[in-house]
Amino acid sequence: MSWLFSPRTGGLLVLAGIIAILPSFLPNAFYYDVVIRVGLNAMVCIGLNLLIGYAGQISLGHAGFIGLGAYGSAILTGQFGWEPLTAMFFSAAMVALLAYFLGRPVLKLKGHFLAMATLGMGIIISIVLNTEEQWTGGPDGTMVNPLTIGSVMLFGEQVWYWIVGGVLLVSVWVALNIVESPIGRALRALHTSEVAAETCGVDTARYKLLIFVVSAVYASLAGSLLAHYGAFVTPEDASFIKSVELVTMVVLGGMASVYGAVIGAAILTVLPQLLTAFEDFEHMVLGLILMLTVIFLPKGLLPSLVARLTNKSKSEEAI
Amino acid sequence: MSILRVEGLSKEFGGVHAVEDLSFSFDPGQIYSIIGPNGAGKTTLFNLITGVYTPTGGKVFFEEKNTARLQPFELAAKGMARTFQNLQIFFNMTAVENVLLGLHLELPRNLFGSILRTGGLGRKEREARKEAERLMAFVGLRDYIGMDANSMPYGALKRLEIARALAAKPRLLLLDEPAAGLNHSETGEIDELIRKVAESGVTVVLVEHDMHLVMGISNHIVVLDYGRKLAEGSVEDVRNNPDVITAYLGSGALEVHGGASC
Repeated sequence: MSWLFSPRTGGLLVLAGIIAILPSFLPNAFYYDVVIRVGLNAMVCIGLNLLIGYAGQISLGHAGFIGLGAYGSAILTGQFGWEPLTAMFFSAAMVALLAYFLGRPVLKLKGHFLAMATLGMGIIISIVLNTEEQWTGGPDGTMVNPLTIGSVMLFGEQVWYWIVGGVLLVSVWVALNIVESPIGRALRALHTSEVAAETCGVDTARYKLLIFVVSAVYASLAGSLLAHYGAFVTPEDASFIKSVELVTMVVLGGMASVYGAVIGAAILTVLPQLLTAFEDFEHMVLGLILMLTVIFLPKGLLPSLVARLTNKSKSEEAI
Repeated sequence: MSILRVEGLSKEFGGVHAVEDLSFSFDPGQIYSIIGPNGAGKTTLFNLITGVYTPTGGKVFFEEKNTARLQPFELAAKGMARTFQNLQIFFNMTAVENVLLGLHLELPRNLFGSILRTGGLGRKEREARKEAERLMAFVGLRDYIGMDANSMPYGALKRLEIARALAAKPRLLLLDEPAAGLNHSETGEIDELIRKVAESGVTVVLVEHDMHLVMGISNHIVVLDYGRKLAEGSVEDVRNNPDVITAYLGSGALEVHGGASC
């Protein structure tokens, strides 16, 4: 039975169960919309957590990759008439290439310097999206064609719920397989001691770059889906504040926890909907949550909860 | 053929000569010790040999091949492993996972293969885990299999680092103060372990302050002082060398047996 509770099979079954049952608790399209946005944010956070939580490398510019994926899909389908799926994967490949060439110099930096460099990268992407009006529509954004697969047009919250649910399951599965492979172990190793990882034969520069590219591809694919789902993109989707939001989701949910990223994304996507009265203070609340998490739950919600539960069961066994 | 040879090796840190014009040659299958007072450049020498630092002058040859411009991970792949003076344990992992890192180069590391779990990844992981557990037993950590690294005592972590280094099947093993901070009986166990490792055909180079351990175990000793080689030779040669006695150990220090340490 123990395989059922291993993170890969057990967790995936639970997540699949939640996705299957959830619609019966969603009274109308508005709730569906919130849950779909949870799923898309979770997807980005799962990728970002591989970089931040596992490899210990910060990025304050990941919203830029969301933006590039979103605008890539918008422009290639809208202005060049590409098939949406082709456009989506082509955009992701271009983002991977960009992340590779940006990451090579940038990931040599550590700590604050890496944070500053990725922040700059995100802001530059955001500026390009704002100013290249003939392609992007400038600050007003641009319309995006609906997602079609062959001749089937996919639209409406109900349909998108299942698309995003499926994609989220695959995202979690891919991330867990990376985490539980020698690659994942090497990432956790270089997080703690780069020099020790190197003496074990781990090419730390290569692994950091690899996971930076993987996390950028996660963001790009989520961006493409977001664009088709919302039928509209604006540079807001690629803004600096969006990058900070993503990092907060990862930190709140739990560093080095794939499901933690999903939970962090869920809480911080739903919360603004519940606190609409505080709309003007949204960024302040975001900062407050980040601060409180770092002070009181430095490992994040899920790992702290797991630690508490396992400690409890251990002490109960002792009794 | 030497397994490790350095020629005129120098490392300068902003005018400070941490290692200066150092030359020696080590043969395979022996236990070598590098001793010297604090700040003599012993750890710097290890960092130069393993590629963590780039020398400002001179060359290092591993199995007669120049190691210039090789990164630490490349030297690891060529058969060099080390431990650290200040523990470099992966505290976010279990003990076995720490040792598994040493087996990293034997396991499939392709991204898509990892995602789809192809190439017998699951089976190879299980085999590697068994090998890691065997190595933990070899260094005397059988009781710690399945424990988190951060709940292990200091002495066990010292041996865990050795297990991790051995996992990579090195031909040259560099141990940076393996007995530092250990009590008398623990040092005895490390002594035995180093002998076992050397018997299995691995060349061991030791940096160590515990003179009892060094004098008992070494085939050959290099003495450093202010980054330069002060003396070199067998235990007897070093023990009777007047320069070593006056400059480093103080007269009479080497006569003391029973765990004299500096």
